[in-house]
Amino acid sequence: MDDSTHAAAPVPGRILVLAGGLSHERDVSLRSGRRVAEALRDAGLEVEVRDVDATLLGHLHDDPPSCVVPLLHGESGEDGAIRSVLELARVPYVGSRPAPCRVAFDKPVAKAVVSREGTGTPEWVTLPAETFRELGAGAVMHALVEAIGVPLMVKPAQGGSALGCSVVRDEGALPGAMVGAFAYGDTAIVERFVTGTEVAVPVIDNGDGPRALPAVAITPDGGVYDYTARYTAGATEFQVPAKLDDDIAAECARVAVAAHEALGLRDLSRSDLIVDEDGTVWFLEVNVAPGLTETSTVPLALQAAGLDLGEVVAQLVEVAVARDAGNTP
Amino acid sequence: MSDDPRIPARGRTRLDSYVDRYASRTRGMTASEIRALFSVASRPEVVSLAGGMPNISGLPLDVVGAAIGDLVRTNGATAMQYGSGQGDPRLRDQICEVMRLEGIEAHPDDVVVTVGSQQAVDLVTRIFCDPGDVVICEAPSYVGALGAFRAYEVDVVHVEMDRDGLVPSALEQAIAAVRASGRRIKFLYTIPNYHNPAGVTLSTERRPEVLRICRDNDVLVLEDNPYGLLGFDDEPNRALRADEPEGVVYLGSFSKTFAPGFRVGWALAPHAVREKLVLAQESATLCPPAFSQMAVSAYLSAHDWQGQVKQFREMYRERRDAMVEALADMMPASARWNVPDGGFYVWLTLPEGLDAKAMLPRAVTGRVAYVPGTAFFADGFGSRSMRLSYCYPTPERIREGVRRLVGVIEEELELRETFGAGAHALDRGYEAPNTDLT
Repeated sequence: MDDSTHAAAPVPGRILVLAGGLSHERDVSLRSGRRVAEALRDAGLEVEVRDVDATLLGHLHDDPPSCVVPLLHGESGEDGAIRSVLELARVPYVGSRPAPCRVAFDKPVAKAVVSREGTGTPEWVTLPAETFRELGAGAVMHALVEAIGVPLMVKPAQGGSALGCSVVRDEGALPGAMVGAFAYGDTAIVERFVTGTEVAVPVIDNGDGPRALPAVAITPDGGVYDYTARYTAGATEFQVPAKLDDDIAAECARVAVAAHEALGLRDLSRSDLIVDEDGTVWFLEVNVAPGLTETSTVPLALQAAGLDLGEVVAQLVEVAVARDAGNTP
Repeated sequence: MSDDPRIPARGRTRLDSYVDRYASRTRGMTASEIRALFSVASRPEVVSLAGGMPNISGLPLDVVGAAIGDLVRTNGATAMQYGSGQGDPRLRDQICEVMRLEGIEAHPDDVVVTVGSQQAVDLVTRIFCDPGDVVICEAPSYVGALGAFRAYEVDVVHVEMDRDGLVPSALEQAIAAVRASGRRIKFLYTIPNYHNPAGVTLSTERRPEVLRICRDNDVLVLEDNPYGLLGFDDEPNRALRADEPEGVVYLGSFSKTFAPGFRVGWALAPHAVREKLVLAQESATLCPPAFSQMAVSAYLSAHDWQGQVKQFREMYRERRDAMVEALADMMPASARWNVPDGGFYVWLTLPEGLDAKAMLPRAVTGRVAYVPGTAFFADGFGSRSMRLSYCYPTPERIREGVRRLVGVIEEELELRETFGAGAHALDRGYEAPNTDLT
């Protein structure tokens, strides 16, 4: 535990940053945790970083922090499970409540909710591995290609960091892509591939309602924003704010805030969008615990907005503590 | 607002202002999904059959502590000072005694102490290899050596093994093929005993044959032997270097026979090579850590280290037995693996159509980890195989790990059967080497 308190900012007590966990994104989570802890300490807060294990509940009981910042990516961290436990333990925490997390974490469910609100999202089909077994993989895959066309995207229905995601450019590559997605979970989503500019738009709400931060345009060297492109400094070019026409930039912001609200999220989220060649903005997915590593897009957007990561998280902590005090989850 | 100079307030950034300045040899130094998955393997919920960490729980820490305490009290000023680039003379004497167990008669002047034998691989490659030169390696080969070769932009040519180790006829063919292509072979890198990752040992009959081929073709042999004293039979195998003083550079290590934390290894090289290694060592580190060397030396003097190695061997044998019994009890019939006579590793080849790298996320979800075979090839082959380490977990955990792995394989087989998505054949312009080492 680090008890450094070297700035004059209001100090609401010890902040517990949860990072690590057992998901496939453990490594990313540890990086996010380290960065946020450092930023919070720079903002003058007392911070403890802790993994999630069998001692956590006892620790929360015996030495309760003033607030928890859950930075667990992937299952458990983003599917609402850990947040449910934090609520059981009656500890205030930053971020969305369990039920909206469950919806947001499931890509097809989130797409359905967001599209109902009038936001465009590439057409998709969600299928468990079992369906391929029952109906015959060849026939199902052929039907997918007939309906969606190639190129198409294959993704695990849950999870982040592009793990298990592939672009399929010809039908022959589809079986391998399906197997790759099913390695990360039992259900996969097959989605029309939209060519265009990949854009990440964070949304923060530090008490005054959700607002979009500047969009970050992403251009990976290899053409695909995969795990390597995401977490190797220098492998991707980011443009922030994204060079978009004003009306398109405004639409990106609107879509991100609309997704945040439609899903009932709070405090912080990041929507991943794509702007096609016609300027249409498509919603791809939303993250309730977006990466905050050295190569993540949220810190870039904060910087472009003139905001400091540590100060913003500190504000979200204050909001969470006040929310808890007012018992208005 | 932060004024981080890496990030312009508006505009383009790569989050690395040095991105255009790195040497070309850094090309492969990128984040990888596989490395990220290994982060989960460090959690106690996961049975890790991945890492090759020596199990040093049996070390007599009181003896080690007393020896190091005594070292500090009686010789601390020397131990904490710079030392010779070639390494501590007393330790080099003791290293010669260690190597004598494998039939090597060497003079301490020809020994260069290094920061683990990994640094010896690096130094040998540094003094011999220009970009584009060829190093011949076994198929598969040690991932750490492949990393060093990649750093010096060396072309690795893999040569087939079988249950008796490197196949001499394949070595001969590979040498001829490289020569015919006009490229220069700088050395053969080989791990003759209890191979990492393959688990196999070069047979007694093949050893002179491999040496003859290399001698006839004027190819230097880099003999890496970290596991040589960890055979499950009492008598260590005779080192290649024992029969070829001029054509072999021998690498040894205390990481497996004592403890890896000291980072003490060595190279035994012909005189002229040794001179260059010392100069390369001086430019890399000035000198290997004096404290570590003197601590190892004190341990060797103060303790029955050979008795300790015998205990290690018995412990590893028990773990090897646990693993091969569990594999025999539970693995699908179409999986194949070898039974190592020493060392830390079993090399397992999966049923047809499975891909160990693609299966790793499922394994991590199933709370078991291994190293996919592709890590041990410079050219992407080995996808159907994996390295299983039995050195660290208890026999009960090994059995549990195999049980979990079998469940993962069965799920993956079902999925592959559904999709008919066999491992994608790599088109490298040459045939994949055999990786079934049974």
